[in-house]
Amino acid sequence: MSLERPDTADDGAVERTPDELEALLGDLVVDRDDHLNAPGFVIRPDTVQETLSILKEQAGYDHLSLVTAQEYENRYESIYHLKKFDDPTQEVSIVVPADKDTPVSESAEPVFRTADWHEREAYDLMGVEYDDHPDLRRILLPETWQGHPLSMDYDQERPQIASLPEHANPLQEHHKDAESDTMFLNIGPHHPATHGVLHLKTVLDGEQVVDVEPDIGYLHRCEEQMAQNGTYRHQIMPYPDRWDYISAGLLNEFAYARAAEDLADIEVPEYAQVIRTMGAEMSRIAAHMLALATFALDINGDFTATFMYAINDRERVQNLLEDLTGQRLMFNYFRLGGVVWDLPEPREEFFSKTRDFLDQLPESIEEYHNLITSNEIFQMRTIDTGVLPPEVAKNYGATGPVARGSGVDYDLRRDDPYGYYDELDWDVVTEDGCDNFSRLLVRMREVEESAKIIEQCVDLLEDWPEDERNIQANVPRTLRPDDDTEIYRAVEGAKGELGIYIRSDGTDKPARFKIRSPCFSNLQTLPEMANGEYIPDVVAALGSLDIVLGEVDR
Amino acid sequence: MSSDQPFITDESQVVTETRDARMTGQGDRFNSRLREAFGSSPFILTKFDKFLNWCRGSSMFMLQFGIACCSIEMMHTYAVKHDLDRFGSGVPRASPRQADVMIVPGTIVSKFAPRMKRVYDQMPEPKFVVGMGSCTISGGPFQEGYNVIKGAEEVIPIDIHVPGCPPRPEALVYGVVKLQERVANGEASPVTVKPYELEEFSDLERDELVDKLADQIDEDELVMRYNFADSP
Ligand code: SF4
Repeated sequence: MSLERPDTADDGAVERTPDELEALLGDLVVDRDDHLNAPGFVIRPDTVQETLSILKEQAGYDHLSLVTAQEYENRYESIYHLKKFDDPTQEVSIVVPADKDTPVSESAEPVFRTADWHEREAYDLMGVEYDDHPDLRRILLPETWQGHPLSMDYDQERPQIASLPEHANPLQEHHKDAESDTMFLNIGPHHPATHGVLHLKTVLDGEQVVDVEPDIGYLHRCEEQMAQNGTYRHQIMPYPDRWDYISAGLLNEFAYARAAEDLADIEVPEYAQVIRTMGAEMSRIAAHMLALATFALDINGDFTATFMYAINDRERVQNLLEDLTGQRLMFNYFRLGGVVWDLPEPREEFFSKTRDFLDQLPESIEEYHNLITSNEIFQMRTIDTGVLPPEVAKNYGATGPVARGSGVDYDLRRDDPYGYYDELDWDVVTEDGCDNFSRLLVRMREVEESAKIIEQCVDLLEDWPEDERNIQANVPRTLRPDDDTEIYRAVEGAKGELGIYIRSDGTDKPARFKIRSPCFSNLQTLPEMANGEYIPDVVAALGSLDIVLGEVDR
Repeated sequence: MSSDQPFITDESQVVTETRDARMTGQGDRFNSRLREAFGSSPFILTKFDKFLNWCRGSSMFMLQFGIACCSIEMMHTYAVKHDLDRFGSGVPRASPRQADVMIVPGTIVSKFAPRMKRVYDQMPEPKFVVGMGSCTISGGPFQEGYNVIKGAEEVIPIDIHVPGCPPRPEALVYGVVKLQERVANGEASPVTVKPYELEEFSDLERDELVDKLADQIDEDELVMRYNFADSP
């Protein structure tokens, strides 16, 4: 972390009390609006950059996790959720109210690059405008959309028109001379290498990429609206499965469970936490296996064998997950306060199946190393391509294997423990290569760590006394958290920090439900990695980011 | 055989039982039970259409087309364990120009529908569509979303619906085999009304919305107009 003022002897890790922070910000603070997870300071809409730079440079809040926009009866509000990469339990929320009629506030983009997309999303869905933003356009909905769907006066019934325009080369003007010429290339939205419906607007100069812009929103399924329409107790839980749908469902459910349980103050029995932790790590293995499979395919179409092997391993985990939850993909297994049912009977069979899986896992990993990581072609394609320096990664709010592949030692399972992780013995994996290869290695090594976690959970569960197997806490049938309680909680999903912001309004449905998707932030780094490289490297970089469009677009 | 020798056919060495059998027509290597059923005649009599339909149904190329969650199960259907290829229809083609069948595996949203229609239009006739998952039937769990098209059938015609969220690979296999059966029998699926068409902007009926967008969209640009109020 760069220190602007070394004389303050502030190394960022120093924890400040809310009052000290308020003193640091001085006049900038006009009011306090504390959230359950962090102190909240209300500031004026024209002092966003100033406030955030003070917090970033002098207090060490170097991670802009999320920007939430919401509408009240009398005002709009943007919340900047800040954290520290060194210690994510130190959080602070900066609340920026904006005028109801003309909601304008200053953009945070000059301080945190990641604010670019987050603010575009806030503009798109909520209608808050950001001054000084480099490129305030719609991001998820078609450019021709009318109205801002999450704002209060939006009429869902009105007709809309989506256009299919011919895309123009944004750099055409700059390269008019005879020597250089640029070519515009559309990749996607229907393309095998984009892992779903992503559209990359790419401009080539010769064979080199000079500009790539991810165009997203082809799978914007209104997840936030769906959650806001559902009741806390049962109706929201099925949706998280569908954010990161690469079998990572239980990890996502963990995110909602954690946020809602902290909001409603529900204590989860230990036994349920162990089951949750085990299930979540199984999901992680399944998710990383798919990342591996498709990445190998992206690098070289001839790696179909790897794809089949990895899918085979996924089938094995999915069998276990199916035994546990009853579903292959959309588990809907967590409930607030626990899980829906206990381990499948006969328990011994489930344990021995799980053990069998864990026993053969090192062998398959060895096989993947033989097949891909030690393969020369593969190494040539991935080592030193798609380089993402740690400072850049942090600036874009990248998390998960993407950040850890750049040497950023950040894992919420350890740094902000939840579930049963802090009782178990496992390591956070990081690699310093900052390239495509490192990101893959991180995922492969994380599979081994997950296996360790599962094994310990199985040991624990096996010996758990029968009369203490409590899978659910007592939770009232209808949850009505107190009016105007706000919370932001995150867990380590398969792709990184998966956070949820909830504001309650005293009813049984959330007034605002905002999802912090790791893929959304991670995908933003693509231009940094791809510019100046060749097209195949763009594809490799995209594959190594391991995005899921369901989570990018939500 | 050393390489400097010219290639000499040594009858005594190459004659195999199979070749013998082939020349004299005695062996049963080529005699399937079907062949037996036809008796001694080397000809079969059938309608050309029937034959062609049978060929069509027995070898279908899928479009490699992933949209949302369902595409994960679709990948599993193609890959080991479920191996759709066993049924003669498991080769995903990356280009719509080479594909016969499009499996629509996911939620269709406003921004994607025109693109999907375009991809569908690019497929050569005859083409078939399998709708996978509740989302392609009605919008599924996202039916009430402001941005979600209430079923793929609003945009393209669908031959087979496979319900589920997501359908298990077995269910998709069943759906595809059903489609193959249908194609082989030459059964056409009923033509459905597709309310959302891709059309030129200038062809839209003029109303408030069109007037408002007139300076944003070119006359000849392709657009899709959604009447959400009329959606199911
Ligand atoms: S039907 Fe279910 S699994 Fe399939 S795309 Fe829709 S939400 Fe996803």
